[in-house]
Amino acid sequence: MIRPLDRRTFLAGTAAAAGLTLASGPFKAASAADPLKIGFVYVGPIGDFGWTHGHDLGRKAVETKFGDKVKTTYVENVAEGPDAERVIRKLAADGNKLIFTTSFGYMEPTLKVAKTFPNVFFEHATGFKTAPNVSVYNSRFYEGRAVVGHLAGSLTKTGKIGYIASVPIPEVVMGINATAIWARKVRPDAEVKVVWINSWYDPGKEGDAAKALIDQGVDIITQHTDSPAPLQIAEQRGVLGVGQASDMKAFAPKSQLTAIVDEWGPYYVERTQAVLDGAWKTSDTWHGLKEGFLTLSPYGDAVPEALRASADAIKNGIIDGSIHPFTGPIKNDKGEIKVADGAKLSDGDMLGMNWYVEGVSA
Amino acid sequence: MTAEMILPMVLTVIAAATPLLLAAIGELVTEKAGVLNLGVEGMMLAGAVIAFATTVGTGSATLGIFAAMVAGIVMSLAFGVLTLTLMANQVATGLALTIFGIGLSSLIGSSYIGTPVTKLATLAIPGVSDIPVLGPLLFGHDVLVYASVALTVAVAWFLKSTRKGLILRAVGESDLSAHSIGYDVIRVRYFAVMFGGLCSGLAGAYLSLSYTPMWVEGMTAGRGWIALALVAFASWRPWRVLGGAYIFGGVTILQLYLQGAGGIGVPAQVMNMLPYLATIIVLTVISAGPWRGRLDAPACLGKPFRPAS
Repeated sequence: MIRPLDRRTFLAGTAAAAGLTLASGPFKAASAADPLKIGFVYVGPIGDFGWTHGHDLGRKAVETKFGDKVKTTYVENVAEGPDAERVIRKLAADGNKLIFTTSFGYMEPTLKVAKTFPNVFFEHATGFKTAPNVSVYNSRFYEGRAVVGHLAGSLTKTGKIGYIASVPIPEVVMGINATAIWARKVRPDAEVKVVWINSWYDPGKEGDAAKALIDQGVDIITQHTDSPAPLQIAEQRGVLGVGQASDMKAFAPKSQLTAIVDEWGPYYVERTQAVLDGAWKTSDTWHGLKEGFLTLSPYGDAVPEALRASADAIKNGIIDGSIHPFTGPIKNDKGEIKVADGAKLSDGDMLGMNWYVEGVSA
Repeated sequence: MTAEMILPMVLTVIAAATPLLLAAIGELVTEKAGVLNLGVEGMMLAGAVIAFATTVGTGSATLGIFAAMVAGIVMSLAFGVLTLTLMANQVATGLALTIFGIGLSSLIGSSYIGTPVTKLATLAIPGVSDIPVLGPLLFGHDVLVYASVALTVAVAWFLKSTRKGLILRAVGESDLSAHSIGYDVIRVRYFAVMFGGLCSGLAGAYLSLSYTPMWVEGMTAGRGWIALALVAFASWRPWRVLGGAYIFGGVTILQLYLQGAGGIGVPAQVMNMLPYLATIIVLTVISAGPWRGRLDAPACLGKPFRPAS
């Protein structure tokens, strides 16, 4: 099935290259051209219902938009580190012209491979180092987490909010801090209890961490890991929770307050278009609620009307730029002022965040 | 840490230990017969997805559990045919079985992602389950938790006190001798391998029906490999497998609770290292001093059986 199709496109391509005009006109010629090969490297399985699932929806959006003008390939469950380099190199060697590497730990491998394939365009998610053929893109998840913090701070009865953290990188610390700051704005004594599981994806352990937190008096579970397991535990134990990367309401119809939903599709479509147009340029994209890189899923029944309004006000404030989630005064967990009154943290400071705000216990 | 926190913590430990115990006790029998099946992770995943799909399809968790056992047995039979009948390399075939299981389970499971299922019911005994502390501790679990302990007891008894158990051990220690006095080595090994598959299937069913009642790809997250390590850790003894499963589960859970309790001043990475540290310490202790030399792995472990005649 695939082979004759390949041969036909190959022949058409050669014919066009030889300068022969095809009788069927430009449209036929365009569709018969070699498709743009696009590779995706995933850190988890596409069926994790979290992070990788979200990226794969983005890949599908590209396929839907461009049809047979593109040919996408993905490799899932690629461990961060040396393995990643091998996979990325293989994708580049196989003729993929655009490669999305979708985890923080792929940063160095991506840059390394990019050096040896100057004609391939690389897009690295959540990194901070670019090169002539490497762009980085990231989502301002902390914006969503500020809204989540507001909901959690307003709804917690015990004043203890659980946070299941994956691996200790600034991105995750940023999420913890955003949650804590905004929870404490409505509940000044709120405490964000953090449990690190040192993995992006281990449903069993994520669930166990949720149990540990709930047993210690936490009544709202938030997470920075990729499966719906913590939310499921929250539902079982009758506490509240927040979905991650996808709307996870099916797993916790009563518990889910909202979910931070990743939307990579539009960006993937835009970058693919740029390659097709020959207009791809190195860029450093860090978009958030405003540009639709993330959205919040509809509020659950546990969120009362008045709270929906105040949460929406924060969301809209972030979208119109009147609210910056990291506006001073912000104290660190030792009580020292880290951000002066009225000052805002710069992107660089946020991307290197390695300290906890007041109210975080980790 | 307070007293009322201990009970839920113990319950969490039991839940974490159960899939390890189920998979490890099956692998113990397989290895006692001299066969090394590294496909535990793959068989667990197959069991998990089949249990989930069957439960969603039929509405019956009981059928789901049986389907998982059948799935485990079918997977292990494939392994048996390749390694016992066709004498393929056991290590390579076992690894292939894991890779196959990962792929097959995500294929079967793709339409079940995002579907929730009701958690396996606990077998509550009216009156008895309500006794404070002891009630939930001893009588508040689902059928697979009891099955894991019952299987361990049964395997310990079978291997130690029955004639068939003796034959199975003989096959694992010296296949040629067992063969020369008239025992069908291949047949015994087939049964041992199938029992291992059945147990791995159960372990998978526990993951997708009780531990985290859902299907997501790769949800075993390496527990099959921990179960394999557990067999060596337990130096091929059923009761030590039981103890080991609870130590592994316990240390993992304990560190999550300690983190949540806060203020112990130990980095999370060190805490996460604890299960592995515990393994090393126990292995060091049992392989030194008076226990030295009693690690006894079955002598024929991993070797294909080639009768001289």
